[in-house]
Amino acid sequence: MIRVVLPPHLRTLAQVKGEVKLDVPGRVTRGAVLDALEERYPMLRGTIRDHVTAQRRPFLRFFACERDLTHDPPDAPLPEAVASGAEPFLVIGAIAGG
Amino acid sequence: MSGVRVLVGTRKGAFILAGDGKRKQWNVSGPHFAGWEIYHMKGSSADPNRLYASQTSGWFGQIIQRSCDGGKTWEAPGGGMTMEPGQMPKGESNKFVYDASPETGKPLTTHQWYDGTQHPWEFKRVWHLEPSLSDPDTVFAGVEDAGLFRTSDGGKTWQELAGLRGHGTGPKWQPGAGGMCLHTILLDPANPRRMYVAISAAGAFRTDDGGKTWKPINRGLHSQYIPDPNAEVGHCVHRIALHRSRPNVLFMQKHWDVLRSDDAGDSWREVSGNLPTDFGFVVDVHAHEPETIYVVPIKSDSEHYVPDGKLRVYRSRSGGTEWEALTQGLPQRDCYVNVLRDAMAVDSLEPCGVYFGTTGGQVYASADAGDSWAPIVRDLPAVLSVEVQTLP
Repeated sequence: MIRVVLPPHLRTLAQVKGEVKLDVPGRVTRGAVLDALEERYPMLRGTIRDHVTAQRRPFLRFFACERDLTHDPPDAPLPEAVASGAEPFLVIGAIAGG
Repeated sequence: MSGVRVLVGTRKGAFILAGDGKRKQWNVSGPHFAGWEIYHMKGSSADPNRLYASQTSGWFGQIIQRSCDGGKTWEAPGGGMTMEPGQMPKGESNKFVYDASPETGKPLTTHQWYDGTQHPWEFKRVWHLEPSLSDPDTVFAGVEDAGLFRTSDGGKTWQELAGLRGHGTGPKWQPGAGGMCLHTILLDPANPRRMYVAISAAGAFRTDDGGKTWKPINRGLHSQYIPDPNAEVGHCVHRIALHRSRPNVLFMQKHWDVLRSDDAGDSWREVSGNLPTDFGFVVDVHAHEPETIYVVPIKSDSEHYVPDGKLRVYRSRSGGTEWEALTQGLPQRDCYVNVLRDAMAVDSLEPCGVYFGTTGGQVYASADAGDSWAPIVRDLPAVLSVEVQTLP
């Protein structure tokens, strides 16, 4: 079970509280986690990555295990601690604006 | 007893102001979609309980929200949570994809960029939602980068009316300070195949075949800030308005200049007359008097606030040229707010109600066609849009 922490606005949009728990079949990569997230919560499509290009939206970043994974390839395996559910995968909104 | 519902979009959420028929007692609900920019919110005239809202964010992009109960509850159309992988819904209510060239797969045509080069179209947000006059599931969306989309399934999916960008002048369009946005959509109540749109900075356009083909309608516009002041396109039109009973008569607030057309936009003439400044954003028409129009003059394009620290609505009862300042109940000193292009609306009660919102977070209402004003709310986030529904 993969644990995902969403920024507050996306938790509101998805109508969830706290962490999201997802079954991710096969290799646990960022792309696979986001696929599973969007499958379960279709209202999140387009809010984290572009509908068509699947590019990350510019003001979002991906952290896990105290590492910034934002610029890792989307098909790179996530840390074992994320894959095992020991640590969450964090979707972070950049600190910007007022 | 009849009443009104004022739909207010702000920088940090949406608010619904419900008023009685006298427009004296108000109930404020919100913020809905707290923390998000609500560029526009509008109800269907075919079903007043059907509302649509454009919810946007620099972080998370575009969301379309729909209410079927007058704003009590909302949903992202077709975006509900699925219980099993592969189930519907698809979550495509915020998917705005421009028509692409079959050869390149890239959006049709390009537009001018700030540095003078050509730039591909890139979707940013929905500025304006215009529900069909007859079908609550059909809505037109004006978007940035400037384009026109339509849904016919209540907002679940959107398709571009690409004839607007494809008619040939697209490479001459360019973004203004607020981006290159299609911000005004007027549906002709007498002719379902005719529609007007306005784009900053390109101008006004009209279709007479339901959106397949378009023509620029900017003859008579004069803009000193473009190389050819009388060019066919390139004008920064801020807003156009019409009266239902006379849809061939259009009123325009351009970047500078207030204009009117008596031939469905084929030609325009300036009617700024005695306005203290003819820069501004809003223009609207009285619900029962097609020659009575309203604007809010703004000092200049570099000083986006009202002149002399006085918030004044100007009314013309002669379709322009002769204007009177409406000040009763509005601050007449130390006021430096702006009124943005979608932030004025009228109801159809008797007498006509007029409403506008400011960048200072006030929403003012007049229940006597502008003679006197009172704030409904004073301390909202900056107001982006105001629409009003007259309820039975």
